[in-house]
Amino acid sequence: MTKLPGKQMVVEALKREGVDVVFGFPGGAIIDVYDAMEKDGSIKHVLVRHEQGAAHAADGYARATGKVGVCIATSGPGATNTVTGIATAYMDSIPMVVFTGQVPTSLIGNDAFQEVDIVGITRPCTKHNYLVKDVHKLPTILKEAFYIASSGRPGPVLIDLPKDIQNQVAEFDYPDKINLRSYNPVVEPHTRQIERAFKLIEKSKQPIIYAGGGVIIANAHKELRKLAESIYAPVTMTLMGLGGFPGTHEQSLGMLGMHGTYCANMAMANTDLIIAVGARFDDRVTGKIEAFAPNASIIHIDIDPTSIQKNVKVDVPIVGDCRRALKKLVKVIKEDGRPQEVWKEKFQPWWDQIRAWEARHPLTYKKEPGVIKPQYVIEKLYELTKGKAIITTEVGQNQMWTAQFYKFDEPRTLLTSGGLGTMGYGFPAAIGAQMAFPNKLVVDVAGDGSIQMCIQEMATAMEQKLPVKIIILNNQFLGMVRQWQELFYDRRYAATEFSVTPDFVKLAEAYGAKGFRATKPEEVEDTLKKGLETDCLTIMEFAIAREEGVFPMVPAGKATTEMLLV
Amino acid sequence: MKHTLSVLVENEPGALSRITGLFSGRGFNIESLCVAPTLDQTMSHLTLVTSGDEHIIEQIIKQLNRLVDVYKVVDVSEGEFVEREMALIKVRAEDETRAEVLRMCDIFRCKVVDVSPKTYTIEVTGPESKLKAVMELLKPIGIKEITRTGTIAIQREKKTV
Repeated sequence: MTKLPGKQMVVEALKREGVDVVFGFPGGAIIDVYDAMEKDGSIKHVLVRHEQGAAHAADGYARATGKVGVCIATSGPGATNTVTGIATAYMDSIPMVVFTGQVPTSLIGNDAFQEVDIVGITRPCTKHNYLVKDVHKLPTILKEAFYIASSGRPGPVLIDLPKDIQNQVAEFDYPDKINLRSYNPVVEPHTRQIERAFKLIEKSKQPIIYAGGGVIIANAHKELRKLAESIYAPVTMTLMGLGGFPGTHEQSLGMLGMHGTYCANMAMANTDLIIAVGARFDDRVTGKIEAFAPNASIIHIDIDPTSIQKNVKVDVPIVGDCRRALKKLVKVIKEDGRPQEVWKEKFQPWWDQIRAWEARHPLTYKKEPGVIKPQYVIEKLYELTKGKAIITTEVGQNQMWTAQFYKFDEPRTLLTSGGLGTMGYGFPAAIGAQMAFPNKLVVDVAGDGSIQMCIQEMATAMEQKLPVKIIILNNQFLGMVRQWQELFYDRRYAATEFSVTPDFVKLAEAYGAKGFRATKPEEVEDTLKKGLETDCLTIMEFAIAREEGVFPMVPAGKATTEMLLV
Repeated sequence: MKHTLSVLVENEPGALSRITGLFSGRGFNIESLCVAPTLDQTMSHLTLVTSGDEHIIEQIIKQLNRLVDVYKVVDVSEGEFVEREMALIKVRAEDETRAEVLRMCDIFRCKVVDVSPKTYTIEVTGPESKLKAVMELLKPIGIKEITRTGTIAIQREKKTV
């Protein structure tokens, strides 16, 4: 057995866990781990410009690959700067391991320089966290952290490393497997529940599949498609579920919820059976809970028992891995033997109704001469990339327009902060995704507000020679808040107008990147073409209709059928 | 409705604050909380009294189980169970009331654990209702200080023929 100092144990663990890149920012309390990484030389480190960027980049890397994302920060402010990123990952169930430096154990609790109780601060926004007080326990903690982060319902795990622990030496006995008596997520769904679910499907006349981010996390997209096609049921997706079922598929109704399609929300309101897969009936999806799907029975598949029965009453709860549950369900349907045509015929009246809703209010926007409509930019982006890019978004209107007008056919092609709604997420996440896939096209769709929340990472992208593309939909407003003010606050635009915005083209140039701007609709396609073809970091700025809104819209607290339409 | 939960949790630093943090963060109530070691030194046993409708209790139990450090959660109030709480009550006991306090102790089977010229300190054990009754009766005599444990509880062994 080899004896190693704590700092080297961290590096060894990263290697054994197959971590090829980490995102971070050094400081006094983590300098030793950095030194060990430097000496070892086999792990790529991406130096960010702000620790929030490191956390989001690790998160973006994790979402794009399905692997555990890793970031490193120093104690005190370094650690607190990661908190937004950790909370973002926690809300969207993203596997991540965060290392923070800490003051030496002898100084903990003394208000030492750059000391903060980061384990206390992140307790409610991590899946688990550790303050390492004994170097002998470090190998097990490292293994546990990666195991906990990536198993069950994934999430971020933080390890706080006091400076003295990083330098103390102990046996490095890295376990191959971990067995935690207190942590055993149920992955195998109960067969009887699957059979009960099938009985409900058989009885149903108007079913709908409601798919969430769990489908993507569990890599269950193929199984979901099999289920949908074998019974010919309509599929609607949450924001997090986009890409879990092909957006261009004839059975896709698009996104549901606050800015979902008319058709998806009407179908949810009138269905007699919701088959929920890896979704959690979030308030942005259900609207006013009392009016949500009043006639529906609910089958709910989720790996996290707390998600089931949290917001709505469920008839058939199925706890387990989405992929396994769907596989079992498809098997039961196959054994039943009815071909797709039989189901199709059975659900024909339901489909007729759905097609009528679709035709009545399709997803649309009004074109105006001389003004760039943001939806048009996204449509063109979709056309030019043929839907093959990895798209990240910031939060707000840019995010919703992207979700509505870009058709995601593949999982892990939309990286967006759904649960926490973190402005500033998209660009660093794009850096993480581009690190994982250097040859893929990675595009961050941003607003002029949100891009400025992590814009300092331009330097990171340049340093790593990452050809990330940034699309800025510039309306010189914090558009989503402005839209709420327009609709619900008598157009009092309190603190939502930007009177100063940087010249984004010049800003790009200042970082050594490329910048393009379009101010007229006829310039959009050309600007996109030029921007997407570059081999370096590029900003494409579009001066969009300033007071364009996102529609349909279900006002907060209203029933999902009470949509404001274009 | 009141529920008494028995929670087995890893004896790790921070485990207790994960649990209390969960309650405050998600807006659940804690009415009383008792923590003690178990025969297995690596585990702690928590008895937690909370309240809420069925739906909330279900969420509380699920959320507790979700914590990595929590090994087992049992709602002991679901079936037959025994619960006990203890209080130490320092009560005024001068001249005319001295005998009265002792009579009360006798009726409620309390123990006098400390005596001073002007006070008795009484140990009372029982379900919460009994503690309440004792306190109500001692109040007019003059309670100087009270300290109480939380409730602890255990399920009754199922009776067999």
